[in-house]
Order: sequence, then structure tokens, then C-alpha cells
Amino acid sequence: MAVSRRDFFKLSGSGLAAATLGYNLAPVESKAEDLPIRYARETTTICPYCSVGCGMIVHTLGGDVINVEGDPDHPISEGALCPKGSSVYQLRDNKARVTKPLYRAPGASEWKEVSWDWALDEIALKVKKTRDASFMPTSKIKIKEKVGSVEVEKEIEAVVNRTMGMASVGSAALDNEECYLYQKFLRGLGLVYIEHQARI
Amino acid sequence: MTNHFIDFKNSDVILIMGSNPAENHPVSFRWIMKAKEAGAKVICVDPRFTRSASKADLYASLRSGTDIAFLGGMINYILQNKLYFEQYVRDYTNSAYLVNADFKMPGDLAGLFSGYDAKKRSYSAKAWSFQKNADESIKKDPTLQDPNCVFQLLKKHYGRYTLDLVSKTTGTPKEKLLEVYKLYASTGKPDKAGTELYAMGWTQHTVGTQNIRAMVIVQLLLGNMGIAGGGINALRGESNVQGSTDHGLLFHILPGYLPVPSADLKDTTAYIEKYTPKTKDPQSANWWANRNKYLISYLKAIYGAKATKENDFAYSLLPKLDPGMNGSWLMIFDNMIKGKFKGFFAWGQNPACSGANSNKVRNSLAKLDWMVTANLFDNETASFWKGPDTDPSKIKTEVFFLPVAASFEKEGSITNSGRWAQWRTAAVKPLGQSKPDAEIIHELYQKIKALYAKEGGALPEQLTSLTWNYGFKRADGTIKTIDTHAIAKEINGYFLEDVEDKPKPLKPGEKAPPPPPPGTPKKMLGKKGELAGSFGQLQANGSTSSGNWLYTQSYNEKGNMMSRRGRKDPTGLGMFPEWTWCWPVNRRILYNRASVNLDGKPYNLKKAVVYWNPNAPLPNGKTGAWVGDVPDGPWPPMANEKEGKKPFIMKPDGVASIFGSGLKDGPFPEHYEPVESPVADNFFSKQQSNPASKIFKDAGIKEDVLATNDPRFPLVATTYRVTEHWQTGVMTRNTPWLLELQPRQFCEISIELAKEKNISNGDLVEISSARGKIEAVAMVTVRMKPFQIGGKTVHQIGLPWCFGWTTPGVGDAANLLTPTAGDANTMIPETKAFMVGIARKG
Repeated sequence: MAVSRRDFFKLSGSGLAAATLGYNLAPVESKAEDLPIRYARETTTICPYCSVGCGMIVHTLGGDVINVEGDPDHPISEGALCPKGSSVYQLRDNKARVTKPLYRAPGASEWKEVSWDWALDEIALKVKKTRDASFMPTSKIKIKEKVGSVEVEKEIEAVVNRTMGMASVGSAALDNEECYLYQKFLRGLGLVYIEHQARI
Repeated sequence: MTNHFIDFKNSDVILIMGSNPAENHPVSFRWIMKAKEAGAKVICVDPRFTRSASKADLYASLRSGTDIAFLGGMINYILQNKLYFEQYVRDYTNSAYLVNADFKMPGDLAGLFSGYDAKKRSYSAKAWSFQKNADESIKKDPTLQDPNCVFQLLKKHYGRYTLDLVSKTTGTPKEKLLEVYKLYASTGKPDKAGTELYAMGWTQHTVGTQNIRAMVIVQLLLGNMGIAGGGINALRGESNVQGSTDHGLLFHILPGYLPVPSADLKDTTAYIEKYTPKTKDPQSANWWANRNKYLISYLKAIYGAKATKENDFAYSLLPKLDPGMNGSWLMIFDNMIKGKFKGFFAWGQNPACSGANSNKVRNSLAKLDWMVTANLFDNETASFWKGPDTDPSKIKTEVFFLPVAASFEKEGSITNSGRWAQWRTAAVKPLGQSKPDAEIIHELYQKIKALYAKEGGALPEQLTSLTWNYGFKRADGTIKTIDTHAIAKEINGYFLEDVEDKPKPLKPGEKAPPPPPPGTPKKMLGKKGELAGSFGQLQANGSTSSGNWLYTQSYNEKGNMMSRRGRKDPTGLGMFPEWTWCWPVNRRILYNRASVNLDGKPYNLKKAVVYWNPNAPLPNGKTGAWVGDVPDGPWPPMANEKEGKKPFIMKPDGVASIFGSGLKDGPFPEHYEPVESPVADNFFSKQQSNPASKIFKDAGIKEDVLATNDPRFPLVATTYRVTEHWQTGVMTRNTPWLLELQPRQFCEISIELAKEKNISNGDLVEISSARGKIEAVAMVTVRMKPFQIGGKTVHQIGLPWCFGWTTPGVGDAANLLTPTAGDANTMIPETKAFMVGIARKG
């Protein structure tokens, strides 16, 4: 939800009231004129770091993030942010961000840039090959069964439909919808070794 | 969290133990300071004098790994001095239940409870069963006097936790213990609230679950659960670790805490039979009796029309574990190092740094054929093949690095620790060629699905039967861009058919209401295609879907509830019911019907979370309703013997468990030493460490080594984070401002230890454990103090764990030092108490 420069309306509203009371707001107004966020679009978001869930406003201009600050309307954080939250814009304005898919061949000592299509095609082939080779339709398990009044243990071949050759970890850094989609995808591949940050 | 962040302000005493919110949840600390301004007292218990300690009214130190001893002493103090909230304990807990007469406790059984099998390192919970009446209901003694009742057993068990023994174990001076106990126990008065804030300081131990259980017992004795300013509150580490847990990214749970099926449960009937608790108590709501609705609705969500009554809702397609099979984190890397996996996804996670015993993790990755990593930045996992002391030419693992979008470059929701699901909107397009995770998963799914369509393979239906209606379809049937709103709606769930609002089945002896006049239209719960309103509408016959029942209501016909920005706070308690949305059904304080007496009157009138208004008119002509927070169910208060329900609705018997029969390592918490400890003999019993914890002892795995009472490693160590870095630091080490503020690995040591080891502030030191070593800058500080443990001086040191070798000059991961040992219940590794040595370098 964009916040449509609400703060500026607030400022001009209180400016009118203050002017009638005799305050001189000219310095504040001229400062506001100069702010680089004046023509920016505001988008609300929630901090990606700890679990408090502080509100943030992201200012964007021409496809760039030019500022991130605390959302004063957010009931938990009321506009406050910690050092991590305050520096979130540097996750965008950052030369270290990986912006192309990379590949490291067996034995190679460096990464190589590759296309998305190539990377995902290769991964798809490997996933399928590993799944097909390690898929267990059934497993021998022991169950307890009542024979008359006695419980006896017996071995049966039970349906398990699981893939043993792959595991996944991650991630609490995904959105809820992505977590749900990821578990659906992994269970669709038959994975049972599914874990993430909550376990550590 | 049972409560939420703003609720801290409603507390009278705040106990910070096992966490350090001033450092790691900084903005939440504002609410702690607001409580202080209103007269609340803050207690901080920590091995180190932390930033939170600096704001506390009372600080007590304890040796890492001795929290149960500390809290056991508190339970003993509360019981001996009769400071508990008697009515609450009697009405809302299982204190009156009678345990079988053969049950024995650690005081009588050399540190063990009844039912232990040393060979299997596990207990049989049958030995902890309750006595039953002829009708199978549990025997109780409401006077709490029977020697076999939970209350008397609790008294007996913690009678052993004397001040002397506790102090000898924890290293906390006796007078400090008493100060803490006295202050915290002051919240046992009906109108006082005490809250507890914990984090990894409690969970990362082989007794992690029991640390929390010990505090739960304290909170129940003092009547602090379900009230404003109370509860037991996990300050979770990541912005969405609550949501990722809710959505089942763990080996043992599907979304909504439905257990992952095991092979012995051959159909949904067997599954539902096993996981639907039964009760003989007419006043128990027994919420998990709805398990069938949630399982079937989940199967309908993921398999859609492919899940039919005839094929048992495609239950056979769900991957299944063998009974008792453990697929948790430590097991993954144990299997990986043994070469059991070919492929691995490290999606938004850096196990080569965050995993306990990181050398084991790093060496495991070299055993893979291929690995896929998805991240914003390079990290120690993605580039493990060129790590320290590693020759890339010898590593065969193929690695794919998939660049992902940052949080503000995509759209979706995250759930904070207070269970608030908050929607985020995309501010900009993803940087460069990076993509939102959902988009990558979507594309990968399409490609794998196409391969199966072309070539066939192992049970293709498992993958191809998945529903995937996530956005606008092109002429060829493919979806170009995934729509997260469509996923959010699937999670919420739909009516798949018109569903009639049928009256509840009649109770025995109840009279049927007169039939409606002919021509009356049927009352409908929902029409085909509509979003489900809340989880109370979900059905077990396949007529509804829901990807996660806990989130039903989050995105319904009223719209996206998670994006709401209403600022009303009608109770003044800071619950903000119209700000975003929280699970379950927007209930801001869990178990809130425990905040009132049997008549529905709040114990604290000034901070009433809910109250019963007997005169409130209802649409059906009856009267009586709850006012305030969304209550734990609509039923009247317990004094109404016919319709009233007990407050702890997720428990089969409706009351909270002081005696916990569902635990794997004992129904009461008992102090055991960490697997690596400076104490040769546990002062409490002959049992040194948790008898049911998971120890890795496989011959041939050189990384799995422990060193207890080893003169080379005489120091207790613990790990923690700093404000400026987050988790392993992948994002924050790559943020210039933050790296400048906190530039490298350091080690906090006491002045006394520094003298002993001839170390000065700022010296470079090497810290070593049985498993690895790291370099750090010594920070000699009064914040660390030596302990007197059983007459012996024991030093403790502290290490941040947010550094790693891919950032030049910062030092490597503290987890290179930590052991592979898992909590008996959760398998969370013990990374908060382990043994090391320290030496000045050069």
C-alpha cells in the first residue's frame, strides 16, 4: 500500500494552524522542499531482519530505492528502527549483490555466470535424475497388530513414496506464500528431509 | 509468543532470561521501557552482563546450561512460601490429576524418571500415565493433597532444588537467587502480571525444551498465562521464522502443525485416528478433534480435483516417514557426511556458518554431487569449495547459485513473533536478473514437470497432481508470472462446493428444535468458489480446501486481512485488532479465557483481555458473549457446567500441563549438565547429561567428538549475536554501514581470565574446542565474571557467531567450535554451552 505523501499534507495542515498562531515555519518548509524524497513514491514494508516486525517506508524514484525509514503509523515500532533496519537500502545499493545465476563445475576454482534458462534446465535434470534413482515407493516397517487379545509385531511393506537422495534447508527468509509454495514443491518431489532455521 | 511485543508494556515484572532483546530485538525494548516507566521491574538473568542487563532493575548471572537448576529453585521457593495463585492452579492446570502410584522421580531413581530404556536412550511415557476412573476419565484430587497428585509430586521433585544446591550448580550467589525469586513470585497475585522473554539462550541446549517447560510451570503457578502482560514469549530470530514454521518447512510437520504421516498410517482414517486426541471431559473443547477437517482441507488444497473421496484424497501421494524416523537438521548432515545424499538445496540459508559443528557441515557438502543455493550474496555455504584449507580441484560438487530478490523487491506476507502476519508490497523490481524466490520455485517446478511429462519416471503423479493456479495463464496454459495473492488465497482456503450451515448434532437427551416452516431457504456457510471465512467453516468431506488452517481468515471475502492498517485500540492494551492480522482468527493473546475466573470476570479489571457479558444479545435470540480480544472459542465461562469450556483448548483435557506426559525426557524438568561441561559429576544426581538427548558417536566420523572435563578445554563458552549483524551475517556483513560498526570476530573474557592467560584487551587470541579453532580479538571486560561452581573457579567466555570467511578480515564462524548434540524433544543443537580453551596468538 503506497502512503501518498501523507506526511506532507500533515505538515502543511499543521503549518496553517501554526501560522495563525504566529510561528515562523519558513525554515522547516524550505528544508522540506529540498528533501530528495519529495517526489518519491512511498511503499510500506516490514523489516526483513529480526522477528519484531517493524514497519518501514521505502522511498523510490525512477526504479531506485533512495531512502528507507521507519513507518510512524506502525503500532509496534512507531517510526523507530534499529541500525539493521535503518541500513536496509544498502541491500539494494550494493555491488556485492549477486545479480546473475552462477555455476561452479566439479573441480573448478571459480564461479561462472550462466543464464537462468541454462541453470534451471540443468537443475531440473539433476533433480529428476536423483529423484528417479532414489525414490522409495515402499519401505519395510514393523507394526503391532492385535491377534485375538495379544499384540504381535510383524513386518510389512508399507507405501512411503519418498525420495531419499535429496535434502533441503531453508528458509525463514522467505515470505509465507513462498514457504508454503516451497514445502508443496518439495513434498511434490517426495522429499522428507526438509528443515530450516527453526531447528537451529 | 503467547502474547505480542506491545503487550510487554502491560507487565508488572519482566524476566529476560535466555534472550537479550536490547541487543537482538532492539525496537521491542521500547515496550519494556514503557513498562518500566509505568512502574514495572525488569530482571535479567544471563551468563554475561548484556545490554538488556544494563537496563534491568535486577541482574543475576548464571553459568550457561544451568537454567533448569535456577528455575527449579524458583518453583521450590514459590511452593514453599505458598506464593502461587491457588485458584488458577486448581482450575486451569493438571495439578489435581493423580499419577499412577508406581511413578518414580529422579530423587528416587538416580536422576531418571520411571520408564527409561538405557539401550534406546528413551523413555516409555506409559510409566507416566494418570490414574483412571472406571469410565476412563482421569482421577483427580481437587484438594491437591493426595501424595500422587501432580501438585504434591511437583513439590517433592523441586524440594531437592535447595538454594545451596542451585547456587553450587549455577554459580549464582544465594542472595541473588532469593532476590530474583522474591521479585518474580510477586506476580502470583491475581491482578499482577509477569512475563518471560526467551530466545536461543534457552532453546540451544540438550535440555532446551525443558528450560522452557520449567518457566511454563512457574507461569502456571503464578497464573501468568493468558493474561495481558504475561505469557511465555519466544523472541524468534528471523523476520519470518514463525511463518516458515507455521507453513511446515520441517521434516515432522505439514502446514498448520499437522504431523507428517508415517508409513504405519496407511490411510487418512488411520492418520486421523492417531492424531485426534480423545477426552472424557465434557468441559474440554479439545480443539484437535478438528484434525480431520484440517488434513482433508490441506490435501484438497495441494491436490485439488485429484484428491477425491474414492482415492482417499490422494493421501498415498504424500511422502511418508518410517515410524520413528528422524529427518531433522543434525540427521541431514550426519547422513550427508556418510554420502547418503546426491543433491541438496540450501535455499536462503547458510548452514556452513549457522550449523553446529560447522566443519562437519562443510565436509558434508563436499560429499554431494550437486547443490542449489538461493541467496542475495555469496556466503560460506555457496562457496564452501574454495573455503579455508580447501583445494577446489578435489571437490566434485556442482554448485548452482540462484540470485534472489530482496524483501522489498517482491510481494507477500511475513509473520512476526507475536503471530502478526503483515503484508509487504513490492517497492521496486528485483535488482539485475535476481528473482523472487516464489518465481524461481515456480519456474523450476514447470521445468521438472515438463521433464516428467516427456520422459515419465518415478511416480510422476506425486508432482504432476499438485494444484498450481497461481496467476494469469497464457494460451499454452503456462503461467508467466506467479501471483502471490493467489498463493495467499490457497493458504486461506476455499469453499469447493456450496456448504450448508447445518445445526450441531444433538447431545443425548437434547430436544430437536422445531423444523423450519416449508420454503425457508437453507442457511449457507459458503458458496462454491468463495474464500473460507475462518477455520471454523472447514469441512472433512472434501467440500473445502485450506493450505494451512491456522491462516484461514487471513485472506477471505473481506479482502487481504494481512494488509490492514487500522489503528484502533479499543482495550487500550495495545492489541490493535485492525492492524494486519494475527493467527489464530486474529486472537492477540492466546489462552485469554484463563485471564478470567469461572464466572468470566477478569482477575485484573484494569487490564481485562476478555470478559463475559451475560446480557449481550445474540442473533439466535440467546444472550451472553465475550467482549475484548477474540476469545479462545465462543463458549460461556466454566461456571456454566453444560456449555462452558476450559481455557487451554489445544490440550485434550482443556487444562495446562504442569505434569507433561508428552515430553521425551521426563514429565518435569530436571537439571542435567550440558554434554560438554566443567562439572565432572552433576550435583543433582548420578545422571550427568540428559539421558534422552541425541549424541552422535558413530565411529569414523572424526568431526563428532566431545570433550568434557578435558584440561585442554577448561572454559565454558556460549555464542550470541550483536545488534549490527543478523544470523550468520550474510546480509549485514555485506552492508557497509553495519560492517563498519561491527567489523570482526571478538571474544569477551573476564579480567580474571585475562590475567590468568596473560591476555590484554585487543590481543589476537585463538579459541579452540575438540572440533575446531577460530581467531578473535580479545575483549577484556567486567561484563564477564568467573563463577564459583562447587568450590571451583569456572570461567566463561562469549563469542558472536555472525562472522565468516567470505568477508575478508572478519574471522571465521564460531560454530566451528560447537558440538553435534541434540535436544531430546526438538533436536535443536547444543550451541549455547560447550567447552573451549583460549591462548594468546604470537
